[in-house]
Amino acid sequence: MVYVLRRLIQSALILLGVSFITFVLLYVLPADPVRQIAGRAATAETVENIRQQLGLDQPLLVQYGRYLAALAQGDLGRSYLQKTEVTELILSRLPATLQLMAAGIVAELILGLSMGIAAALMRGRLGDQLLMMASFVTVSAPQFVVSLLLLYVFAVKLGWFPIGGYGTAAHLVLPAITLGILGSGWYSRMMRSSMTEVLRADYIRTARAKGLSRARVVFGHALPNAILPVIAMIGIDIGIFMGGIVVVESVFGWPGIGQLAWQAIQRVDIPIIMGVTLVSALAIVIGNLLADLVAPLIDPRIRLR
Amino acid sequence: MMQEVATRSGAAAAPDAAPDAALDAAAEAAPVLLVAGLTVSVRTEAGLKPLVENLSFTLRRGETLAIAGESGSGKSMTSLAIMGLLPPPAVRVTAGSIRLGQTDLTAAPEAQMRHVRGDRIAMIFQEPMTSLNPVLTIGTQLAEAIRAHEPLPRAEARRRALAALTAVRLSQPERRMHQYPHELSGGMRQRVMIAMALALRPEVLIADEPTTALDVTVQREVLDLLRDLQRDLGTAIILITHDMGVVAEMADRVIVMKSGRMVEQAPVRQLFHAPTEPYTRDLLAAVPRMGARAAAAAPAPLPAAEPVARLSDVVVRFPVRGGLLGRTTLNVHAVEHVSFDIARGETFALVGESGCGKSTIARAIVGLVPHQGQITVGDHVLSAHGRDAPKALRRKVQMVFQDPMAALDPRMRVGDLIAEPLLIHGIGTAADRRAEAADLLRRVGLSPDQIDRYPHEFSGGQRQRICIARALALKPDLIIADESVSALDVSVQARVLALLQELQQEMGVAYLFISHDMAVVDSISDRVAVMYLGQIVEMGSRAQVFGDPRHPYTQRLIEAVPVPDPAHQRRPSVRMTGDLPNPVHPVGSGPERVILRDVGAGHLVAI
Repeated sequence: MVYVLRRLIQSALILLGVSFITFVLLYVLPADPVRQIAGRAATAETVENIRQQLGLDQPLLVQYGRYLAALAQGDLGRSYLQKTEVTELILSRLPATLQLMAAGIVAELILGLSMGIAAALMRGRLGDQLLMMASFVTVSAPQFVVSLLLLYVFAVKLGWFPIGGYGTAAHLVLPAITLGILGSGWYSRMMRSSMTEVLRADYIRTARAKGLSRARVVFGHALPNAILPVIAMIGIDIGIFMGGIVVVESVFGWPGIGQLAWQAIQRVDIPIIMGVTLVSALAIVIGNLLADLVAPLIDPRIRLR
Repeated sequence: MMQEVATRSGAAAAPDAAPDAALDAAAEAAPVLLVAGLTVSVRTEAGLKPLVENLSFTLRRGETLAIAGESGSGKSMTSLAIMGLLPPPAVRVTAGSIRLGQTDLTAAPEAQMRHVRGDRIAMIFQEPMTSLNPVLTIGTQLAEAIRAHEPLPRAEARRRALAALTAVRLSQPERRMHQYPHELSGGMRQRVMIAMALALRPEVLIADEPTTALDVTVQREVLDLLRDLQRDLGTAIILITHDMGVVAEMADRVIVMKSGRMVEQAPVRQLFHAPTEPYTRDLLAAVPRMGARAAAAAPAPLPAAEPVARLSDVVVRFPVRGGLLGRTTLNVHAVEHVSFDIARGETFALVGESGCGKSTIARAIVGLVPHQGQITVGDHVLSAHGRDAPKALRRKVQMVFQDPMAALDPRMRVGDLIAEPLLIHGIGTAADRRAEAADLLRRVGLSPDQIDRYPHEFSGGQRQRICIARALALKPDLIIADESVSALDVSVQARVLALLQELQQEMGVAYLFISHDMAVVDSISDRVAVMYLGQIVEMGSRAQVFGDPRHPYTQRLIEAVPVPDPAHQRRPSVRMTGDLPNPVHPVGSGPERVILRDVGAGHLVAI
């Protein structure tokens, strides 16, 4: 498909831009990775040696050129501190993150869409106001607070779920809900306004004039139309999601790339930070592409070109 | 009318007592629908405000009852009340009854209403473009309407749906079943709506402005179709419309409504020939009629002076891009080799159906779209890219659009709106401009006291006057009126048309009057050009084009216009089901160019 091909070329350009900006930002960062590697006691000479070894004494563009050359062969470089290939590190942790991400998106959509639809159907009444208040709370609550609260109530007090770690489906529940809660507030508001607008449309009046049941009108006629802007949102949302994942993985001890990134940032492990950033950017780009590819399946008016 | 009242009060006296057998015997004459004392109110902060007040009528099997009225007359609210689809919770029936057979619909619970809707009373709406769900196929939407009332297997319902599509004479019905609404034209969609409404053979069909959004030739086809189906099925139709031409053609009886109340109820001939109420008389008088000016057909003296605008061989094409590199693969041929002059002080009309390129010409003249060929305004030649038209040029041409609400910034006061063109062109001081705005308000028939009000405080007709005042502010040579009166009620429309003519005599401004409405064009224009698929197919003085139409398309357009006279005998015409040919062509090819030939006295006709 010509469209997908063109989008992939665009995506490659976006990733190139992301890599350059990240690279420059890390370069101008006042923290010195070499100091971190060498440790406090190292002499100036050792520091210089390490710097030369890593090629960090070269000008910015030369460093970037080398990085790109390696990247073209799928090599994201070696971690300064862990002495392993970044590609390997990320690949070993990616499945856990993808799993969490998928579960988080599902939680977010179930919570958000059902709240939004319910609010739209009760528009202007008490239930609507309560739901919108709830969505406001979930949007404003910081994720570490939500995660700690959930941990305390459902893991510590009730003991329904494990406190942290990775492995079974039970481990997945609390982190996924934590991730889902933040987004659900956004989605419920979006779904509510989208649904409210669609319910006023002429074709909804037609559907009712046909004598269809309320359920058929809402789920058969209104929902497919109302969900379109939400789908476009999911693609964009993956970016925000990555931010949440860093927090949630740390709190729940989830061995994904969010945790990896968090550790790398603390230690100025530039190759890992670069690698994670690029993988996140790739996820966002793919998410958007998928959202755009799904949209015409729902709305036949959307033509990809 | 007296007879109506008698029937109603008689039935209302003992409605429940009537035994079924007696009903069957009297089925032919008995009313299908009986509305008595219907009052629909909206809850506002100031209490209940009636939208429909004390409306009573009966509808018999096989008859067509037209409810006519201008906007705000409550005619649409009446239909929604019958369907039980009033927008909750603010609007509801506060008094009266609507009886369908034994059932009072105003008291029926929602579950029962659901069985009535679609099965016993069906409805078609004004906007075919938005009345079908864009994400479901035509077949699905039809079949689900059938299955909502009859427990049929899916395949059987689809067979019935296909039969319904065939019955409304839609071309290629099998293919339509799998198509989505956006793949169909407006006329085809309205046929689908009719198929959906009539698939279950309802007793009552409510048609709310069913042809208002359609082109005149398509309107003709849809009206013919409705009449044929009614004859075959014996459905009673409530036809809601503002168009007295449609009323005259379709209705057996007419109810005229104004501000929620019934003004007059009469058989159609009586209403048109001997209206009793002054409001009905005014309404009928305001209706533009073709040929009304024919008697005074002195051809407009064409001044030999420089034209205010001259188009020679103007072509506008819009590229459609595709492929990996986004190259142009197709062209939409919006305007093809159009040439005409507009003389100072004349009204030049462009008529044609939607998509014929008439609005594109307007946009090219004000430099909003790139064109080929030459457009001269005054003594300036417009640059072809459709940008950077010099300010001096813009002063000479102003526009008035169709939707006066959308054309006025809701956050600006009308004084500022009218003075804004002066401000943009740096004319006068703030005080001068304000004085000028006040003067313009007065000239368009509004009060200068209203200068500090906002657009939403005015009615539609008043807003259009404000738009006209704004267009006049720069004292242009040419005002382009693009469907400027199409959205207005007839009585308002008549007054705005009169205003335009007055201003023309006063100020000598020329109009390029763009409209799809043949009767309006006939009433205001000096010269007319008929457009079809981007080309002019006939052009001449109003008397030439309307009095002696030569091109088959012009003839079809004129033939198709509903005549506001029930006694009018329409010549039988061939029923058309085809669609307009497409103006999209691959790069390098194009439509066949028509050649205009002079058939006498400047009357140009395509051969």
